[in-house]
Amino acid sequence: MRRILATAATEFRISLRNRWVTVAVAMMAVFALVLSAAGSAPTGALGADRLSVTVASLTSLAVYLVPLVALLMSFDGVAGEVERGTLPLLLTYPVTRPEILIGKLLAHVAVLTLAVGAGYAIAAVAAVTVDARAAQGLPALWRLMWSSLLLGAVFLCLGYALSALSRRPAGAAGLAIGLWLGMIVLYDLGLLAAVVADGGGWFTTDLFPWLLLANPADAFRLFNLAASEATAAAAGIAGAANAIPAHHALISILLWPLLALAAAVVAFRKVTP
Amino acid sequence: MTQSLILSTLTKTYQGVPALRDVSLSVAPGERVALLGHNGAGKSTMMKIILGLIGHDSGTVEVLGGAPGSAGAREGTAYLPENVAFHPALTGLEQMRHYLRLRGEPVGTAMDLLARVGLADAARRRIGTYSKGMRQRVGLAQALIGRPRLLVLDEPTSGLDPVSRRDFYELLDGLAAEGASILLSSHALTEVEARTDRLVILSGGVVVTQGALTDLRRQADLPVMLHVTPRDGARDDLAAALPQGRMNGTGVHLHCAQDDKLATLRRITGLGDMVSDIDVIPPSLEAIYSHFSRRDGQ
Ligand SMILES: Nc1ncnc2c1ncn2[C@@H]1O[C@H](COP(=O)(O)OP(=O)(O)OP(=O)(O)O)[C@@H](O)[C@H]1O
Ligand SMILES: [Mg+2]
Repeated sequence: MRRILATAATEFRISLRNRWVTVAVAMMAVFALVLSAAGSAPTGALGADRLSVTVASLTSLAVYLVPLVALLMSFDGVAGEVERGTLPLLLTYPVTRPEILIGKLLAHVAVLTLAVGAGYAIAAVAAVTVDARAAQGLPALWRLMWSSLLLGAVFLCLGYALSALSRRPAGAAGLAIGLWLGMIVLYDLGLLAAVVADGGGWFTTDLFPWLLLANPADAFRLFNLAASEATAAAAGIAGAANAIPAHHALISILLWPLLALAAAVVAFRKVTP
Repeated sequence: MTQSLILSTLTKTYQGVPALRDVSLSVAPGERVALLGHNGAGKSTMMKIILGLIGHDSGTVEVLGGAPGSAGAREGTAYLPENVAFHPALTGLEQMRHYLRLRGEPVGTAMDLLARVGLADAARRRIGTYSKGMRQRVGLAQALIGRPRLLVLDEPTSGLDPVSRRDFYELLDGLAAEGASILLSSHALTEVEARTDRLVILSGGVVVTQGALTDLRRQADLPVMLHVTPRDGARDDLAAALPQGRMNGTGVHLHCAQDDKLATLRRITGLGDMVSDIDVIPPSLEAIYSHFSRRDGQ
């Protein structure tokens, strides 16, 4: 534990120095502001409070941004140490490889917490100032917050795994972009295409919900939208999967960080300094 | 006394390329052992195996009574890698504190350790701004953490200025006096000659010889060089009296085998008035080193 915390403290300091904290916070804040400004039309017709609507749009934003920021922070995690030549010395210290990874994970999750917290806080303040009923949406915002961090943790760990597999930062960056495109963009497009082609058959009813749950980003979206009153505001794929109970999605977003961490540890163990 | 480090018949091959063959070596507590050898001889490879960073093909390695890389071995072993590197965004002090925490040592000693290697003034600057020698000193400072029982130092003095080198060997003397075992590699023969107890010469992955310098000198049995300076005006007489030598500007130069040294000296002193001075030049460490290093390997 002591060694994990030491690693986390040092990694957090490095993130501060590298301006990662600034970049991540600024990015989330800017997007949250833009989103609040764009969504400031009257919502009376929907019947939902302002904050719940904001949470629905933040969910769609977070699905893209949180994995991206997480991968950007983590792709260098192992490959950077290999390239700088700091890994051999580190591995002769009485610290295990899982401890090193968990330390890095804690630091990067802390950075994500700052960024996501700042972004969501801005959006919440904007919602509360225009709609007195907005406090009703606070539980949804809280749920969005912690599930965003779990989603971030998944992609941080996947980033470490890719970093350990490629051993070179350039290669790891390429793999990270590929993973983001594949899991966040192409996966959903592929599913949509399949659903359309299937025309309401076995694929749509039986396999499709499981495929959604199998992807942490889709599970995250399902979990937040299913629980939200403002599902009507959500577009696209989530509408097709209303049948999936929220607790299935919850299990998926709780399991994924553990699986991803295990994958990262396995990949890191294969790295010979 | 039990040994801190025992290698026996250690063999390591990199994808079919042999790097170490049948290496046996042990280091006792308080002993300073220097590992010498040409580029690519296998020095760094041996050290990485000792630290458990890479595996080996056959033979056994015992580090502080445990397997290389085991928790116990790591607790008691300090390492200085060949090209030591740190994160450039951290200051020397932050980096040292991190290492102290990993070893469970009091963080407050970071400044003392940096001061011991002469980095007190630069401690609060980022390592990215350090010179090569300064980075090397951070590497030394971290190797001093927590009274290690075995220090494995890969070219510890590379990049250090002459004064820092001397200070470094003084630090080592102190550690060895407290019972630490030290295994270091170096290409600087003259410094290890005076500052270590035993030399191990590795050539092409094989230990070609090991022992104290005097033992190696005896084993190599290289000729001794004598330089005889004549008295004023006795130059030609001296040259005639010592035909096996070669006259140069200042006197006669001659070689003789170790065993003949005393007899030759006696003969020269017997020349009486002709001689004003004699210098006896033992074979240099470089000569002994190349004698062993060339025998196999290159
Ligand atoms: N990762 C590796 N893969 C393949 N071969 C390697 C690897 N590391 C070292 N070698 C080979 O093993 C041999 C020994 O290398 P090593 O680095 O141990 O030499 P060294 O004695 O430390 O040399 P130097 O004095 O230049 O530091 C060399 O022939 C080298 O090419
Ligand atoms: Mg080397």
